[in-house]
Amino acid sequence: MGTAGKIARRTFLIGTAAIGAGVAFGIYAYRRDPGNPLTAGLAPGEAALTPYVLLDAEGVTLITPRIDLGQGAASIQAHLLAEELDVDPAKVRLASGPASPVYHNGSVAAEGMPLAAWDEGLIARGGRAASEVLGKFGGLHVTGGSTTVADAYDRLRAAGASARETLKAAAATRLGIAREDLRTEDGRVVWADGSAPYAELIPLLADVEVVQDVPLRDPSAWRWLGQPHRRVDVAAKSVGTYRFGGDLVLPDMLHATVVTNPLRGGGVVSMHASEAEAMRGVEAVLPITDGAAVLADNDWRAFRAARAIRFESGGEGPTSDALWKAHEAALDGDRDSAFTDEGDVDAAPGTRIEATYRVPFLHHAPLEPANATVRYTPEATEVWTATQAPIFVARSVARITGQEAEQVTVNVLPAGGSFGHRLEDEWVRQAAEIAVQVPGRPVRLTLSREQDMTHGFYRPMAVARGRGTVENGRVRALDLAVAAQSVAESQMGRVGFPAFGPDVALVAGAWDAPYALPDRRITGHRVAATVPVSSWRSVGASHNGFFLESFLDELIAEAGADPVEERLRLISHEPSRRVLETVAEMASWNGPEGKRGVAFVYSFGVPVAQIMEVRQTEAGIVMDKLWIAAEVGRVLDPVNIEAQLSGGALFGIGHALSSEITFDGRGPEQTNFDSYESLRLWQTPEIEVRALGSGGPIRGAGEPGLPPAAPALANAVFAATGTRLRRMPFAADMRFA
Amino acid sequence: MRITVNGTDHEVDVEEDMPLLWLLRDELGIHGSKYGCGIGACGACTVHLDGLAVRACQVWSGDAAGAEVTTIEGLGTEAAPHPVQQAWIDLQVAQCGYCQPGQVMQAAALLAEVPDPTDRQIEDAMGGNLCRCATYPRIRAAIRRAAGSEGA
Ligand code: FES
Ligand code: FES
Repeated sequence: MGTAGKIARRTFLIGTAAIGAGVAFGIYAYRRDPGNPLTAGLAPGEAALTPYVLLDAEGVTLITPRIDLGQGAASIQAHLLAEELDVDPAKVRLASGPASPVYHNGSVAAEGMPLAAWDEGLIARGGRAASEVLGKFGGLHVTGGSTTVADAYDRLRAAGASARETLKAAAATRLGIAREDLRTEDGRVVWADGSAPYAELIPLLADVEVVQDVPLRDPSAWRWLGQPHRRVDVAAKSVGTYRFGGDLVLPDMLHATVVTNPLRGGGVVSMHASEAEAMRGVEAVLPITDGAAVLADNDWRAFRAARAIRFESGGEGPTSDALWKAHEAALDGDRDSAFTDEGDVDAAPGTRIEATYRVPFLHHAPLEPANATVRYTPEATEVWTATQAPIFVARSVARITGQEAEQVTVNVLPAGGSFGHRLEDEWVRQAAEIAVQVPGRPVRLTLSREQDMTHGFYRPMAVARGRGTVENGRVRALDLAVAAQSVAESQMGRVGFPAFGPDVALVAGAWDAPYALPDRRITGHRVAATVPVSSWRSVGASHNGFFLESFLDELIAEAGADPVEERLRLISHEPSRRVLETVAEMASWNGPEGKRGVAFVYSFGVPVAQIMEVRQTEAGIVMDKLWIAAEVGRVLDPVNIEAQLSGGALFGIGHALSSEITFDGRGPEQTNFDSYESLRLWQTPEIEVRALGSGGPIRGAGEPGLPPAAPALANAVFAATGTRLRRMPFAADMRFA
Repeated sequence: MRITVNGTDHEVDVEEDMPLLWLLRDELGIHGSKYGCGIGACGACTVHLDGLAVRACQVWSGDAAGAEVTTIEGLGTEAAPHPVQQAWIDLQVAQCGYCQPGQVMQAAALLAEVPDPTDRQIEDAMGGNLCRCATYPRIRAAIRRAAGSEGA
């Protein structure tokens, strides 16, 4: 069976023919050759046109290598390919493809560089080009950084166009007419008095060269892009047939769960598992790093037995109090970075104010708990999991199985949310540790919510100190110092790399804010690594947007200026001005009116402005309405852009209101959604979104909707109550209905 | 024990206190209902028990025996969706989709009881269903649409 056949049979099929087909997954070997990973193993009667288009007798399969985490990646990738290939995305099959460097993400590394996305200068362009090279040679087959659209926009359309023209060339040869006299339509090559479905042309493809460098269609000719898409997965997700990683069932599969020390590396002092081992359905209790795994015939039986293990864990960890102190001390310590240092903030004239802000650790907590299925044999290991970085997973697993990464096959499954969580792979390594102890048997590890919640890789805690001056009714000077652990250092440390140089994420969303002030300084202060931290939706901008836009609002209030007018005066970047003007117009802004707050943040190359309107009631503050305007360069699917921008904003608001992870020296104190609270429907304001596509580089919207949301809310609460919310969760200082 | 799921009778041999969720998922292979928290705090596991929306992670299999269990798969199909599912499809509610089987089941139970709910009734009924992707604006709109109040 060739590659296309395997994909066809094993992929999660989407489309009319796929109802009830359930899940299936492609099998691929991870290989070093960054050529077309689809060509190896093609059976007679199958063809791979570019790494993104597979053909077999049943038709077309589009390869969408960026994982769908809920952000709509599968759908947008399919539409980009389909637009040039002339197929209906609802009628073809989709597959995530093998882990391969050919699917490297050329944009994601740029996010780690101190390049303001609005900067089109030489150094910035050079850095972005270097990111493409880094991505390629580092084999960064990664989903993240809101880069899917930016990275795929040209590449997938070009792949679709190349496949289309190659099919036409094949037909032209057979018909003896010029390729230019053929056209394509809905999966067929069409000529004056006939047509052929693409699949019929497969036998002819062997004799034609792949047509390269095909000019892309003008947007005015687009059929799908720019129009509201019907998401390829939305029907299956509405009727319950969509299959996630945790729904995978393989013959002879063992159900596993783990209990491990919340302090990684703390080890196990003592463990008594005899009661657990005797429970119904339990096959074994096995040791793994920092704890134990239960193997059973059913998830609940595994969970129940895991709870029955008497387990004393070792080690000592930090407390939240000690961590806050370390962060505050770091503000006065060495600088990690000062990418922005203009004028002289210390000597600036005017009335001086100062304020300190802080935000807690947060968990990604996607609703689907982490899970992974691994089958080990001495010859080869197969992994099924929802990961944003399949090549890294292959390497991690190979280290555990003692194999070469080439012997590890990673099948990427759809994720029940991520928010950055599935860049991590601890649970895949645990599943591998279990699998090597039961060779030949597939082991599906599902973390209990409690295990998942207490073993996070968190959004860092952060503390900021704002200082500034106002003069003559204007903001004159702004000095923001941010202290936090470095996400890059923590992540690199987990894969055994040192992180050198300043971490731009520490100050992201603040240092590159396009505000022109005579005196401005943004400094990052790195706190020593203790708690493992990770990329959490919008990363550094998730806290810096709050710090900068809240403190700027304090300065503007001190100056007696209008929050929108003064920001417009300061903004030095045209697209940013446009979104602020747009949101003011949407909300008919007429000052704070005792109920409204505004915030503007530029992150991931997308300027986003938001206005929140609140109301004080006897039960507390009610959020009535949120207006969002963003500039993404070009809107490919207005329906999904709206979902991503509003989802990001609400994710930000929900966590700002009531979420925190605290530490008591033994690990995290929150264990489930009762103690780690989350936004609920009754708290959700009405939302109006306007996504602008005024040209310029195309950008993704999964993250940039988040950073302005919390400060817009805090600034609205100030307008309504006179109270400044300077720390999260807000609910600690203010009653919300 | 005997249990009826989506109109089909099953004879199962499980512990009385095994929550219905895992009887469905791991014993019967019906995977639409999801595990999110196991403590009744997220609603991802919501099913109907004799028409009532319940958290399948909180109902013992022993107590579900003899009742009619309906899961998301029994509510409708892609070819013949329930009006709530149709509204969910039309408004493209789902992002990751993991919470949506529970949201749909909760909304369907609400509309069965209150065909044209007020905003307050929608908020009360849906308050236990967590969506980490925060699809709430569209959930609200889809319920209104399914209720016909937006001329669906
Ligand atoms: S899994 Fe049942 S309520 Fe969360
Ligand atoms: S759609 Fe992802 S949790 Fe609701």
